[in-house]
This record gives sequence, C-alpha cells and structure tokens, in this order.
Amino acid sequence: MLKALQLEPEKCTGCLQCEMACSYENEGLFNPSKSRIKVFTFHDEGRFAPYTCSQCAEAWCMHACPVEAIVVNEATGAKEVIEDVCVGCKVCTIACPFGTVNYNADSGKVIKCDLCGGEPACAEACPTAAITYVDAQHTGLERMRAHAAQTIPQG
Amino acid sequence: MAWQRRLLRVNLTAGTCVEEPLNMEWAMKYIGQRGLATKYLCEEIDPKVDALSPDNKLIMATGPLTGTMAATGGRYSVITKSPLTGAVACSNSGGFIGAELKQAGWDMIIFEGRAAEPVYLYLENDQAELCPAGDIWGKSIWEADEYLHTKYQDPLIRIACVGRAAEQGCLYSAVVNDLHRAAGRSGVGTVMASKHLKAVVVRGTKGVGNVRDPKAFFQATAAGKKTLAENAVTGQGLPAMGTQVLMNVINEVGAMPTRNMRDVQFEGAHRISAEAMLEPRESDGKPNLVTNAACFGCTIACGRISTIDPQHYTIQNKPEYMHASGGLEYEAAWALGCDTGVDDLDALTYANFVCNEDGMDPISFGSTVAAAMELFDLGAITTEHTGGIEFRFGSAEALTKAAELVATGEGFGRDLALGSKRLCEKYGHPDLSMTVKGQEFPAYDPRGIQGMGLAYATSNRGACHLRGYTVSSEIMGVPVKTDPLSTEGKPELVKAFQDATAAVDSTGLCVFTTFGWTLEDIAPQVDAACEGGWTSESMLEAGERIWNLERQFNLDAGLSKADDTLPKRLLKDAAKTGPAKGMVNRLDEMLPLYYAARGWTPEGAPTDETRQRLGL
Repeated sequence: MLKALQLEPEKCTGCLQCEMACSYENEGLFNPSKSRIKVFTFHDEGRFAPYTCSQCAEAWCMHACPVEAIVVNEATGAKEVIEDVCVGCKVCTIACPFGTVNYNADSGKVIKCDLCGGEPACAEACPTAAITYVDAQHTGLERMRAHAAQTIPQG
Repeated sequence: MAWQRRLLRVNLTAGTCVEEPLNMEWAMKYIGQRGLATKYLCEEIDPKVDALSPDNKLIMATGPLTGTMAATGGRYSVITKSPLTGAVACSNSGGFIGAELKQAGWDMIIFEGRAAEPVYLYLENDQAELCPAGDIWGKSIWEADEYLHTKYQDPLIRIACVGRAAEQGCLYSAVVNDLHRAAGRSGVGTVMASKHLKAVVVRGTKGVGNVRDPKAFFQATAAGKKTLAENAVTGQGLPAMGTQVLMNVINEVGAMPTRNMRDVQFEGAHRISAEAMLEPRESDGKPNLVTNAACFGCTIACGRISTIDPQHYTIQNKPEYMHASGGLEYEAAWALGCDTGVDDLDALTYANFVCNEDGMDPISFGSTVAAAMELFDLGAITTEHTGGIEFRFGSAEALTKAAELVATGEGFGRDLALGSKRLCEKYGHPDLSMTVKGQEFPAYDPRGIQGMGLAYATSNRGACHLRGYTVSSEIMGVPVKTDPLSTEGKPELVKAFQDATAAVDSTGLCVFTTFGWTLEDIAPQVDAACEGGWTSESMLEAGERIWNLERQFNLDAGLSKADDTLPKRLLKDAAKTGPAKGMVNRLDEMLPLYYAARGWTPEGAPTDETRQRLGL
C-alpha cells in the first residue's frame, strides 16, 4: 500500500519534535534549521501548521532537475535527491510551487523530504498525531469520518 | 556530550564578546543551567554587590538537554543577583530562545559591566555583535520584537527582551522571550535593563549533536514521553486546561490567597478558571482560549493562547491587543484576579497581555496591586496618591490602569513598581506586605498547605512555588499523598522537593514534567546524553549541592535566619473559611527540623561537615 504523510494543523501545538526528529534522521543532529518538515506559527491567530513535501505524482522538482538527481523511490513513492548527482543548481527550488525543496549551504546540495525510506521520523515523533503516515489514497478518511458522524441521527 | 562546552562572555562596558571553554569540572558537579550558572555567579561576583550596579553580572544559561529531543528540552534560565530580594535570582523560561542559543553553539552567555548607551546583542552561530539599541529603547517588548524581525528580515530569529517597565526600574521586571514566555521572577529584567541591554537576538543553525549514547538517549526520551502522555496531569489536565486546571481545586481546599491574603477562598474563582476560559462569550461566540501551545520540544503543551472579548472596555480603539497572544496561566490568573478580588476574565487577560508586552512579573505585580488596595481600604493610600483611581478590591478598572501605569513608569505606577514590600513600608504598614525576602507570594496559601509555608520561608529566591512544590504531594498525592494541614514530615518533604527541583532546573527540562516524572525517569535521559555517569542519586546530590551553594550566596550577601520567615498575617491570623478554617501556618514547628535535616546549624548555616560532604 502506498502511504503518505497526513498533516492536520488543528492538532499541532508547535513543539517542533518533528523538526528535531527529521534533522536527526537526516543530519545526525538536533537541528530544526536543517529539517525537511517545518512548523509555522501564526501568532496573531493562535495557529500552528506543519508543512512538508507532498510527493507530487508529476513532481515539478524532478522534471526541472537538469542532471536527473531527483528520482522516484518505487517502494514509497517519494521523490528522493541523489546527493552524489545533485550539483546544487537550485533549479528545483524554483520549480517547486510549495517551497518544500531547499538548499543546504553546508553540503552544497538540496534537501527535501524522502519519507525516511518508508518510516517517517516526524510522524513517529509527533506527540499529538498532527502528522501521521497513512494510506495515500485515503488521507481524507478521518475528515470524512468526522463529517459522516454529523449525518447520524442523534438520540 | 550534549553540552556545547563553550560560553560567550559579553563585556558591555568594553563592548567585547569573547568565547571561553565551559568549565567541565564544574559541569560534572552542577550539571548546567541553574546549577552551573549559579556556580559561575558565586565565583565571579561579590554577593554584597549592588544588584543594579555594573559589578553585578547576568547569565543566560541552558542545560545539557536544552535543544535536544527530550520532552520539554527547551528551557533556559536567567541567573543574577536580585534587586528585589538581594538574594540570588534564577528565573526559568521556556519558549524557543533557549534551544536557539544552544543550536547556535553556546551553553551560556555571561553579561558583565554596563554599556554607555543602550545596546542589543545579535548572535548568529559564532558571530556575536553588540548593536546600538537607540531605536528600540523606550519601546515595548512587542514593538521591539517587530522592529528586530523587520530589520533582519528573518522570521526565524528568536528574541529575549526587556520592556519599558524594566527601563524605568520596576523591581519585578521580567526578561520576556518569544513575545510571551518569561524569565519572570525576582527582577532579572531590571538587572538586564540596568546594564543598558535591551535585547538578545539569536539565530542558531549549528545544531546539537554528540549525544553520548544516541540509542540509549532515544530509548530513555521515548520512555519519558510515554510516561508523560499516560499521566493524568501531564497527559490530560495540563494540555486541556493548562496550569489553570488548579484554580477550582486550590480554591476548594481553602488555599487560595484572596484580597492580599485576608481570605483563603475567592468567591469569583469559577469566573476566571480554566473552565471559564472555555465558555463562549456573548459578543462573538468565541471562548477566551484559542488553543494550547507548546514550548520547544514540549509534548505536554500547557501554554494558553487567548483573545480578549472585542467588546471589552480595555481594548476599545486598541487594535494592537485584538489578536491572540499568551493567555492566563494559573499564577497570573490568581495574582491578577483572586488576590485583587477582580473576577473579570477579560480584564485579567488584558492585564496579562500588558505584563507580557512590557515585561512585568504578573505574580509580583498583582500582589503589589493587592497590597495597594488594602492600603487604600485602610486610608493609608488615597486618590491623591493614585492620581484619582479608586483602588478598591474587586475593581477591574484599577487593575488594568495599574498595569498600564507600571508598564510605562508613570504616576502611581512608580510606587507600584517598587513591589509590595517597599510600597507597604513607604505607606507605613510593612506588615501588610505578603512577601518573603521581599518577593511576593504565589498562589498557594500556606495556612491550608502547611509544607508550602516552610518552602516559601526557606526558598533561596524569596516566596516561590517553583523552588519546592510540595503542593504536588500535599494536594495532588504526587509522588505520595501527605496531609496538607499537618506539619509532620514536612521538613524532609520540603528538602526533598527543593533538591530534586534544583537538579531538574539544571538539565534544560521543565519542572512540570515532575507531575509525571521522578529523577528515576530523568537521570537515564541525562546520563544517555552526557558524560558523568548520572543516576537519580547523583542528580539529587547535585541538587542538594546547588541548594547549599545558593544558600551560602545569600548568607554572604547578608541574609540570615531572620529572613526565613513568613508575614505575621500567615503566622497569627487564622484562615476564615474552608478546610483550614481556624489554622495559621505553623512554621516554628518545621523550621528547626528543616535546618537539622539539611545539616545546617540552628542559625541556618551549612555546617563544615555538610559543606565537605557536598564538595563545597
């Protein structure tokens, strides 16, 4: 079953456990500035929102890459950056409409979510289930269930 | 290793920023944060120094677990000598700047001297620079925060700042970070402003690594998170209700200090409680509470994010307050509400916003307003002093106006900025000040919770609930239930809480974890991250060492046994209602036993044997 990250901002408390898990998994450091998933705080509204790559089927980043450094992992569906091939030209960061591919100045390569090979560390770390890893064809299931519940006659 | 092993020394007089290696020999004895920074302070300043002179120092310190994935691992503390108490001050804050400092590659910053003109520190990884603060001196914390974010065009910088209250010398000024988290108590912000240091701006992209044993660390921190999630307080009560979960509980046990501690129960408590914050209001159908919010790395998320009723008198034509921001925690709700007799939830939220915006400790501010209201009641203060304000118990208008006046240092605000002790002395009624060592009480009346009386009297930073929270045992039964109305066993209980808390405060973790964790849960996390072979026993011993170090500082500063006491009201005037009706705090039964349990002389000084045992 193809799975996808499901993000539910209304459950997020802004603790950044996901950013630490992501950076440790990928960089070996607790370092939110190197996280592939980011939590945004909308202070005046009192809202938090985690955001990361949604692994587009027709990925702009992949098509834009001039050296074919971004490839599909057939097992997970993730679009992965092959570090040895990436030349750090950043064209993919321009191509991505969502801003989820970014340049890492320390390595001279781009970084993006690769679903940790099928066991995303962010989802594992999230204490409120704002980030879960679910059936890619049913990321709307819980929301559907919530609305369906409203259609049940009371009493 | 989890420590970054380096500190930044900023000499404001000379305008220099110099890197130094962290003293790892001390780290092995004092862990980090509260303990380690107190050791630096004791080694570097004369305890008798004037707290507001350039000779005092101010230390911002993280712990070894700050900036890691350990649950709540985002804390930092501000350590200095307090201008409010003359004792050692250590105020702890969450939010995000502590972790950012660690991510930038530093364990602590020591500020010394005084800048000729206002400055702020900009710290981006290894680059440290003192910058002119002329454009933000005289501005509120919220204004300065916006200015700095705009100037650097960087949404990810973290800022700690002092407000106009601190600039004007308010003795209970806080250092506020991330807009509404605060190193709140004992006037640490007053010291920062006295150094002409307006703000500290941090951006860290280096990360925290070199955990001693990563596998053990992930195991220990995951086990800790599971325990917190399954605990009724940290897993359910605090996320849903915040610390305000206590409002109705403490009121019912008759330990709610009310109207400057004349009473022990507040009839309006239910109107300002956690439950009240969830009630939709008439004007816009929304409740006061917008959401709960986490500090860095916190899996509890007890923070309150609130809005004020758009129809409320306090914010008419003030769009700057018509958005969500840090809402009422229990201590703020109590001090601004019960202690002043005000039960208007929106007035309290507004006063709380003002405390955040201009950096006043809401406990000391609310208690000082309460003292002023009692002085007004007696006729010792009149409308001539207050600029026409009727300072009556229960007056929301008096409370919110007082907040504005202290924030800007105007009119009667100058008297209120002195704190309760100096205010009551000035107006001829020193006995009406509800303080220990000059610091105002928090939200637990020690007539109804006997152990807290001893904890307050012996707290190294003056009246404080966070130095030995025996409420946990006496009311909530954590880790074991004791009778709140009995003094039996309390000296040992207070000592155990004080020592354990001193250790927790030195790790980078939040003391609220101890509703679910003991040192048995914390030591494996510290040990997996750090060298030193940490066990619950060695951490408890480090905590006792830290406590005695703080005590020695205070004794050397000129404090004595005579300062280990409570206001007469709590020792002589019996509680009027509730389960503790007819009772006073029986401090005299507990204090000598406490000194003995601590290995101190009958005069309250650590004996040579105790000092030797602890390696002091």
